[in-house]
Amino acid sequence: MKLLVKGGRVIDPGNNIDEICDVLIINSKIAAIGRDLPITGDEDVVDAGGKIVCPGFIDIHAHFRDPGYEYKEDIITGSKAAAVGGFTTVCCMPNTDPVIHNGPVASYVRRKGEEAGLVNVLPIGSITRNLEGEELSEMAELAEAGCIAFSDDGNPVMRSDVMRHALEYAGMLNLPIFSHCEDLNLSRDGQMHEGYYSTLYGLQGIPAEAEEIMTARDVELASLTGARLHVCHVSTRGALHIIEEAKSSGAHVTCEVTPHHLTLTDEAVGSYDTDTKVNPPLRSEDHVNALVKAVSSGLIDCIATDHAPHNVESKDCEYAKASFGISGIETAVPVIMDRLVHTGLLDIVEMVRLFTLGPSRVLGLCLGTLTPESKADITIIDPDAIGRVDPAAFHSKGKNTPFKGMELRGWPWMTISGGKIVAREGRLV
Amino acid sequence: MRFDRRKDLLGLRDITREEIEVILGTAIPMKDIIRRDVKKVPALRGKGVITVFYENSTRTRTSFELAGKYLSADTSNLAVSTSSVQKGESLKDTIKTIEMMGPDVLVMRHSCSGAPHYVARNTTMRVINAGDGINEHPTQALLDMYSIRERKGTLEGLKVAIVGDILHSRVARSNIFGLSKFGCELRVIGPSTLIPPGIDKLGVKAYANLESGLKGVDVINVLRIQKERQHGALFPSIDEYRELYMIRPEHLALAADDAIVLHPGPMNRGIEISTELAESPRCIVNEQVSNGVAVRMAILYLMLGGGRDEIAG
Repeated sequence: MKLLVKGGRVIDPGNNIDEICDVLIINSKIAAIGRDLPITGDEDVVDAGGKIVCPGFIDIHAHFRDPGYEYKEDIITGSKAAAVGGFTTVCCMPNTDPVIHNGPVASYVRRKGEEAGLVNVLPIGSITRNLEGEELSEMAELAEAGCIAFSDDGNPVMRSDVMRHALEYAGMLNLPIFSHCEDLNLSRDGQMHEGYYSTLYGLQGIPAEAEEIMTARDVELASLTGARLHVCHVSTRGALHIIEEAKSSGAHVTCEVTPHHLTLTDEAVGSYDTDTKVNPPLRSEDHVNALVKAVSSGLIDCIATDHAPHNVESKDCEYAKASFGISGIETAVPVIMDRLVHTGLLDIVEMVRLFTLGPSRVLGLCLGTLTPESKADITIIDPDAIGRVDPAAFHSKGKNTPFKGMELRGWPWMTISGGKIVAREGRLV
Repeated sequence: MRFDRRKDLLGLRDITREEIEVILGTAIPMKDIIRRDVKKVPALRGKGVITVFYENSTRTRTSFELAGKYLSADTSNLAVSTSSVQKGESLKDTIKTIEMMGPDVLVMRHSCSGAPHYVARNTTMRVINAGDGINEHPTQALLDMYSIRERKGTLEGLKVAIVGDILHSRVARSNIFGLSKFGCELRVIGPSTLIPPGIDKLGVKAYANLESGLKGVDVINVLRIQKERQHGALFPSIDEYRELYMIRPEHLALAADDAIVLHPGPMNRGIEISTELAESPRCIVNEQVSNGVAVRMAILYLMLGGGRDEIAG
């Protein structure tokens, strides 16, 4: 089986490639990259003229809700949404029911991802049993079953001793801890970012310091233990400073930002639209500007969606009663393209790095390049395609997005997973 | 009427000064009606007003009910504690059910900020916010403004201090939004733990010291300390609060001549306001209650589009 992607602008940061050329895929692997690769007649040809051809995008932070909350999302619908959204690899957070805290649950996630057959579905195991923050999960068993990291995302580990031991133990397995940094004592009852707009809108605030205090703690513990710490969904200027310092002092610290934290501010909460309710909350403009600056300066390792689909009932209600979270895996690419790349805030090559090589390095996996002999995972973007965000057309069960109705420029055009075209122009193939 | 362009009254944040003036102006003849022997005009005959209170407040609810009745509207109340809400019905479904029974106006109080905004988007009924979470309580602020204007002759340029738990006070927030449209100099006074962040950006000056905050003010609006909200460690004790922030008659000497004292009620005498002050003629808490009915009559009247003639003598 041969597939020739012709004439696109190939951007492969891992191999320092940025030129118009062709990519040849043979038997689900990258066979060659080069100018004017010959058409031999026995291959399918994709005309990628005017498009941007990249290694398959990796989302290292998503919630597929499976097992347990299949009414919000399952691995099949999540995989479809990921493929259409331009992703070929997705890491699934363990806050499921049962929690991904032992081998069988992790195996279930992997197996179901393989059955879906659209994208690589990689489970993240929990740090603690039942996400209770008390006893460590069986991390070696989880690693054996295919978990690529550990996280108690959504239920931050409040006990510093538990976090210390988690880092030490995960370090022994050479796997990263993905930390959701939040001091629950400070954020309690909060609905949105604390500041001018929380006062204006009359909602309980979540101070930036709730995130920064825990980021500082975890960074210190990463230094103490020498283990790999990955800071999830960084949303404040202070947290960026802490991470910058930790990186320059040689700690093994990486971090991600989400498309919504890069493009929306707390002002958006004014209509009490529960689709703007997310944790960490949408921050004020100064924080957003700092994030944008950090993403273009290279401080940020990757962009992750924190795809958090919800059923209608969890969002169609009073603001304080609504669940936190944004269904973001189908809008991540166009939001970043439209708001950061087309506005000149982020170079396209840098953007590709943030979705490919960056997350691959966080995970320590050999993904995110077009190196010959590697698995043929390819994302092709049409930088000029214009489309409106229509949640009703989402492949995800979660229709909860604050980007609804927005017209965006720059959408995924084709997703190739393991040499197979799985999605094209918003549709599954 | 000006309310032809506005379906709901959700807060004073997004309302114009002109709209506030229309409401306060319409409340003047309404107050005359309350003073009459026969307190009933036919202005809203055949109109339905329903009150739904997800938080208890007998006085606000009664004020709305009487306001509707004096204008001949049919008023009723959905008792939330005994309704299907207790059986897990969603707010949206409850409101739809009420809507299908046909009332024109829904008066709602809810513990969640923004709940009336959510409801207003999901119903054809006109919605009046009777207090939502820590966000707004527009009719309270309007009756405060009416009461101040009645005593002072104007709102323009007055110095107004609001004292107490500003952070959790929808009354404070609505007063700030309303009064700032009339060029008032606004101050809030309270322990620093109860002052919301970014209040200065609303043009409000914050004071932790009662005496310095009260200097030269024309109006002192004293808030009720809501003991049920003090689950955190926001202030050490009621005793210490009393020592630092209870308004007493001697404080009036710091304020402007003829300064008046307001309180949204119910008062905690001996905690945020001393009994001596509560009973002094400078404290207009009782007038506020009557004015509350008049202002709510004005709002219902404007919303339901009664003719001007019907409220004349």
